[in-house]
Amino acid sequence: MSTPPAAVEQAQKSMSSTLMICEHCDTVHHRRPLARGEVARCARCNAVLERHQRIGLDAMFALVVTVMVVFIQANVWPIITLGLNGEEIHATLWGIIIMMWKEHSQVVSVLAAATLFFFPLCKMGILGWLLIFGRKGQRAPGFVPLMVVLHYIAPWTMSEVFVLGVLVSIVKAQLYFDVTPNIGAFAYAALALLITIFSGIDLHQLWDKLPAESTS
Amino acid sequence: MSALPRAHELGLIGCHVCGQVCRDTQIEDAACPRCGSSLHRRKPYSCVRTWALLIAAFIFYIPANVLPIMRTASLGDVDDNTILSGVIELWVKGSPDLAVIVFTASIVVPMMKFLVISTLLLSALRGTNWARRQRSMLYRLVEFIGYWSMLDVFVVALLTALVQFGFFSQVEPLPGVVYFGLTVILTMLASQSFDPRLIWDCKEDDD
Repeated sequence: MSTPPAAVEQAQKSMSSTLMICEHCDTVHHRRPLARGEVARCARCNAVLERHQRIGLDAMFALVVTVMVVFIQANVWPIITLGLNGEEIHATLWGIIIMMWKEHSQVVSVLAAATLFFFPLCKMGILGWLLIFGRKGQRAPGFVPLMVVLHYIAPWTMSEVFVLGVLVSIVKAQLYFDVTPNIGAFAYAALALLITIFSGIDLHQLWDKLPAESTS
Repeated sequence: MSALPRAHELGLIGCHVCGQVCRDTQIEDAACPRCGSSLHRRKPYSCVRTWALLIAAFIFYIPANVLPIMRTASLGDVDDNTILSGVIELWVKGSPDLAVIVFTASIVVPMMKFLVISTLLLSALRGTNWARRQRSMLYRLVEFIGYWSMLDVFVVALLTALVQFGFFSQVEPLPGVVYFGLTVILTMLASQSFDPRLIWDCKEDDD
């Protein structure tokens, strides 16, 4: 990739602050500042173009740290406990992944490990790293490639689906056994709530809020 | 030019990765000045890729439904469940409301994805003006709900890890669940490789 001359870059930047292109239908729109709670929609296809971002970089960082703490809890503690004749069996996330590997469903094991552990972990780690520098108004080292990675892994984190899976499993297992949700299950429920808050945050804003010149 | 100009009419390209508005330089492998990803007016080979992934997903979808996904063995009583029989069991014995959720996630959503994506592809190929706003909406819906189909895969994994009493009772995953997991992944890839901009790439006579 070649660096464009300064003039071109200047033109690009002014264009990007006044124009935006709907990523669903390629319609070019004029950009204007949004008031609190406002959502800009494409006049052609009605897709959301931009939301007013109520949460600043500091609050975003706080949210990422919270998600990390909850994520650790969700992984450390057992999710469901099954009791039978005084014996207790705990299922943790990694217990599930390892068990599926042993039971000849390696595909499922890899899917679960990726969508419930590695991708969420990468996403939070990268965001945390970008925001540590972002709060100071700087671009973190590796900002550009990391933002691209974030774009690609975003659709592949499935913790919120897992929460529903826990609920269904409890009901199903309850037909035959005595099962109780454990701390991990509640941590996952909290995680699902936090992810819902997160889904309203447009990460594209980091590109605009942290312009290239501010690289440390 | 209509009141709502599209990027190519103004000689612009929006970066598919970071959203940057770029000038269309007409160079074959131009890169986005902001994020370095290569710029495309449309996703490359969108239709071919989407068809390929969708057909592959459909092929896997057949064993996913026919083969059992989970074996419950309890005191010598072996019971193999397919996706549908699992839903029925939940409806009859457990809670009908959860059965509806599981039915939606593992049967309605994948079916809908096959129907919606192939409709989108066929109508995009024919370049028809028919219901374009609604088709855009359908696409966004499919993108949004697609990954909830993984629900059943996670349920089987959880129950397998939980119910391990060896002699007394045991839950085992069966091949159906692997095919189902692959179906979900492939349909997700298919909907991601479809380019919704194609819906609007036709003559603008009535808007």
